[in-house]
Amino acid sequence: MVAQTPLLQARGLRKSYAEVEAVRGVDLDLMPGVCFGLLGPNGAGKTTTIEILEKVLEPDAGEVLYKNAPRGAQFVQNVGIAFQATALQDYLTVKDQLNLFRSLYAKPLPLDDLVVLCDLKDILNRDSRKLSGGQRQRLLLALALVNDPDLVFLDEPTTGLDPQARRKVWELLEGIKARGKTILLSTHYMEEAYRLCDEVAIIDHGRIITQGSPQALLASHFDETVIALPVPASALPLDLPLDYVETSQGVEIITPDVDSAVKALAFAGTPLHGLELRSRTLEDLFIELTGEELRG
Amino acid sequence: MIKRIGALMWARNLEFMRDRSTLGWNILLPVLLVLGLSAVFGNGVRPLFKVAVLGELPTAQEQTRLEFTQYVAVDDRQLTLRKVGRHQIDALLVPAEQRYFYNPSSPKGAVIHRMLQAQPSWTAEVEEGAGLRYVDWLLPGILGMNIMFSCLFGVGYVIVRYRKNGYLKRLSATPVSALDFIIAQVLSRLILIMVITVAVFAGIHAVFQFPMQGAYLDLFLVTLLGCAAMVSIGLLVASRLTSEELAGGLLNFVAWPMMVLSGVWFSLDGAPQWVQQASLALPLTHLLQAARAIMFDGAGLADLPVELGALGALTILCIGLAAASFRWRQQ
Repeated sequence: MVAQTPLLQARGLRKSYAEVEAVRGVDLDLMPGVCFGLLGPNGAGKTTTIEILEKVLEPDAGEVLYKNAPRGAQFVQNVGIAFQATALQDYLTVKDQLNLFRSLYAKPLPLDDLVVLCDLKDILNRDSRKLSGGQRQRLLLALALVNDPDLVFLDEPTTGLDPQARRKVWELLEGIKARGKTILLSTHYMEEAYRLCDEVAIIDHGRIITQGSPQALLASHFDETVIALPVPASALPLDLPLDYVETSQGVEIITPDVDSAVKALAFAGTPLHGLELRSRTLEDLFIELTGEELRG
Repeated sequence: MIKRIGALMWARNLEFMRDRSTLGWNILLPVLLVLGLSAVFGNGVRPLFKVAVLGELPTAQEQTRLEFTQYVAVDDRQLTLRKVGRHQIDALLVPAEQRYFYNPSSPKGAVIHRMLQAQPSWTAEVEEGAGLRYVDWLLPGILGMNIMFSCLFGVGYVIVRYRKNGYLKRLSATPVSALDFIIAQVLSRLILIMVITVAVFAGIHAVFQFPMQGAYLDLFLVTLLGCAAMVSIGLLVASRLTSEELAGGLLNFVAWPMMVLSGVWFSLDGAPQWVQQASLALPLTHLLQAARAIMFDGAGLADLPVELGALGALTILCIGLAAASFRWRQQ
C-alpha cells in the first residue's frame, strides 16, 4: 500500500511583525480530503499561519509545499480562500459578485452550481451590502468555491453568527467535505471543530502544541468522566473523599472511576437529583493546554 | 446631551490631531496655495492691459510708457498675432520695426491703440479677429478640471478605501495581478470620464457653439491621453497608502497647483517666466494647451509633439511606478 502524499506541507514557518514573533516554527501536513482545524486563542498565530499557507503572506523562514512542490503561479487557481474580514465591491448584487469572481478564474464553477452549493437562490439579486451575517458568510463561502478548488481555507467562518446561521454554515461545509475537498479551517468554536474536523491542531504563542483527530486527542489527554451536580459546594459534606471544582451551574467532579465516585457521593448523603455525566470535551482540552488567561 | 456632544467632538479631534499626516496637510495646503497664487498674481495692483513685446522689452517700455499695462516678452510672432486676434493679448509691439498690432474689435485693444497714437514714431497695424468669448476660453479649462478631479479622486481615493477595507486583500487571493488591477482601473475610469466629457461637451456646444478649428477626433484623442495621465497620477498616489484622509490631502496637493497654474481660469501669458516654466510640469497644462490649440488654432496631433509627449511619458512613468510599488494590503 502506497502512503498518501500530503496535499500541503509546511516546514519551519516563522513570521514576525515588528517586535512580535507571531509564528515560531510551525510544521504541519494537510492530507487530501481532510478537514483540518486550526484552534487557538486570540493572538495565537492562527491567521498569520493560515495566510502564509494561503500564499498571501511571505514567511520570514520555512517553506510550504503543495503536492510536494513549491507553490507556483498555478496555486492560486487551485485554492479557495475566505478571509476572517473581507469587504466586497459596493453596489453589486450577490449574482454580480459571483460572476465577478467567476470571471477571475480559468475554470470557474457554473453559477447554478454555486447557488445550490451555498443556498443562495433566495438572495441572488439582493444588494450584497444588505445581507445578514449568515447570508454574507454563505456568499463569502461561495466566492471561496468559485474556482472549484482542491483546497479551501476558511478563517473563522462562523464567528459572529447566531446559532442557526452557524449550523447552516456547518451543513454547507459538510457538503463541501462530501465533495472531497480539503479544508483548512480556523475557529474558536470547539463544537464546530469537533463536528467538522477530521484532524485538529491547537496553536498557541506561534507554535502547534498538539495535533491529531479530536477523538484521539481526547483519548490521549483524558481518561476521566465529568460528574456534574447542580448543587452549591456548601451542600457537599466536608469529608467527601473526592476533589471537585465549582462552576456557575454547581460543582463538577472529574474522575476516571464513575461508579466509585457516585457511590462515594451517595454514601456521603449528597443529593444526586439532576446529576449528569459527560465526557471531557475539546474545549476542556483547549483550556487545559492554553490556560484560562484572557487573551487579546 | 452637551456632555455627549462634547465627548464625541473631543474624540474626533483627538483622532484628527493624532493622524499627523492629515494634520500636516491641512496646515501645509493653504500655505502652499497662498504662496502659489501670490506667485501667479503678484502682490501689487493688477494691470488693466496686457501687451506683448517681440524683441527688446525695455526699449518698448521706454518708448511707449503705457500706463496700467503689463508688458510680456514673446518670441513667436504668429502665435502672438493669433492671440491678438482672439483678444487674449491687447497688442503686439515690435520695437525693431516700430510697429504695433492691435485688434480694433477688442475694446482694450482700441484703448491701447489710442494711447499709442501719442507716439508718432510707431505705426499701427490691424490684426482682425472675432475674439474669443471668455466662455470659449473657459470650456476646455472647466472640462479639464472635471477630468482632473474625477480621475485623481475617482481612482486614487477609491483604491485607498479598497485597501483599507480589505477588498484588495481579497483580490490578491485570486489570480488577479497588480498590473491587471491597475489596467482595469485605468480603463474603467477612462471609459466613464470620456463618455461623460463627450456628452457634456456636446450638450454645451449645442448651446454656446464653441469655435472648433481642428478635428473632433484629435480633440478626443488628446482628452483621452490627458485622462490617462491624470488616472496614472491617482494610481501612483494610491499605490501604497492606507489612510483615506492622507490620500485626500495628497491628491489635493496634486490637484490645486493644476487648478491655479495650468490655465484653467485665465491665460498664464502675464505670469512670471518661472511660473510658466513650472506649469509645464503639470499634465493639465499640456492637456489644456493641446485642447485649445486644436479648438482655436486648428492644430493637428502632429503640431502638438511637446504636449502629447509630456502626457504620454507621464502616463507610462506613473503607471509603471504604481505597478512596481503597488501594495495589496495594509502592513
